[in-house]
Amino acid sequence: MSKILVVTSGKGGVGKTTTSAAIGTGLALRGHRTVIVDFDVGLRNLDLIMGCERRVVYDFVNVINGEATLNQALIKDKRIENLYILAASQTRDKDALTLEGVEKIITELAEQFEYVICDSPAGIEKGAHLAMYLADAAIVVTNPEVSSVRDSDRMLGLLSSKSKRAEEGREPVSEHLLLTRYSPERVARGEMLSVEDVEEILSIEMIGVIPESQAVLKASNQGVPVILDEESDAGQAYSDAVDRLLGKEVPHRFLEVQKKGFLQRMFGGKE
Amino acid sequence: MNQADLLEKAPVFQLKGSMLALTILELSSNDLDALAIQLTEKVEQAPQFFQNTPIILALDKCTDDTKPLDLERLLTICREHGLSTMAIRSDRPADLTAAKALNIAVIPPSDARERPLAIAPAAETPAEPSLIPARVITHPVRSGQQIYAKNSDLIVMAAVSAGAELLADGNIHVYGPLRGRALAGINGNREARIFCQQLGAELLSIAGQYKVAEDLRRDPAWGKASQTCLNEEQLEISEL
Repeated sequence: MSKILVVTSGKGGVGKTTTSAAIGTGLALRGHRTVIVDFDVGLRNLDLIMGCERRVVYDFVNVINGEATLNQALIKDKRIENLYILAASQTRDKDALTLEGVEKIITELAEQFEYVICDSPAGIEKGAHLAMYLADAAIVVTNPEVSSVRDSDRMLGLLSSKSKRAEEGREPVSEHLLLTRYSPERVARGEMLSVEDVEEILSIEMIGVIPESQAVLKASNQGVPVILDEESDAGQAYSDAVDRLLGKEVPHRFLEVQKKGFLQRMFGGKE
Repeated sequence: MNQADLLEKAPVFQLKGSMLALTILELSSNDLDALAIQLTEKVEQAPQFFQNTPIILALDKCTDDTKPLDLERLLTICREHGLSTMAIRSDRPADLTAAKALNIAVIPPSDARERPLAIAPAAETPAEPSLIPARVITHPVRSGQQIYAKNSDLIVMAAVSAGAELLADGNIHVYGPLRGRALAGINGNREARIFCQQLGAELLSIAGQYKVAEDLRRDPAWGKASQTCLNEEQLEISEL
């Protein structure tokens, strides 16, 4: 039974693509046949984060228009078995996506893969709507700040009213909250919303809290999903999130302020 | 005042013709005991119909000639059940004599079409507005969503996020934090109220009178379970 998972947020720059790459890679690492689909037509990023930008020949829009078959457009990940990427077109815009075309391709992917991850563009317009329309589950990525939380709230509202499941009156899309760029130090100083604040406002299940980390930027620039950086706190937090997504009970980590050692205090250390 | 003065006066009355819709009690039997019982039952069904209602007693359809009709007793039974007899309708000589003796007017039988009068049972007759069930929402109301309860109350059993809007012609109840906008009595119902478990609203309005968060924030009920109602032209917020 395949599962269509949308990674969405409403607001831009909160870490949707980073999350799509990390969660998709995490699922593939655990042996699930997974494909990540970039819905951000015109602002293609997923290929960079996944480090496969030099191997994109055909893209999502080519397949919709019948210019290429799905198998021609799917890019196999070089590091991990079971992981594929479907890139977005960089030369087109969101109008190139049609509901019929998207539905046909996602349904076809769902026949081949256990997990179809739809990396949604920012906003609530056509691209974002099509990305979440067919979803069975949603990961709503939120930063601990008020505007991001409000946009996520709006997105949750759309998921419960504008998705195919909602329109057909089926069981609603299951919603998971992923908090990214979390900094316990700044929460302690009162500069940032806490996990509890965000949970209270959005009142959905928290699937993971990813700490603000240098590793994320480094991984993005290197084209390696951060979840593969097992040393980093962000990588470990994503790994926990994947386990929770698969139904495992894992305690949340990295929520408390780390006590600095003597030397770190003397020399400042890194933030 | 002499005769001439009286003649010069303006006429003190006018005769006018009018068509009145009247109820006719048509008797089919002389059995007054049975009539008394059946009338009592009817009165129980529709008490407000039998309140000094003027009627015409129609005796012309009464074919039972075995025993003479006791008109005086018939009138008493009608009066006891709230029917005031204006006249009888009959052409039988016995009835005419009895009517003359009791000083009751007599009208001749007519061939006019008459239809049976449907007396609605008491429960349905009052013109009270029928009950429209409240609209009940069990899922969170998210930013950007708008929910309108037309002609009824709105009950939300989850959180109402900032940027969400609740509208109702009646009252609004929120069993959770209310962080969005809530507008009750939007059709001008000044009796409408807003109840919530945790007041954090962006805007509260009743019948067009509103307060925004900037004012609400200063209220001691902010963040607490509260009710809001309209007092004169001011929204009054109190803790629950």
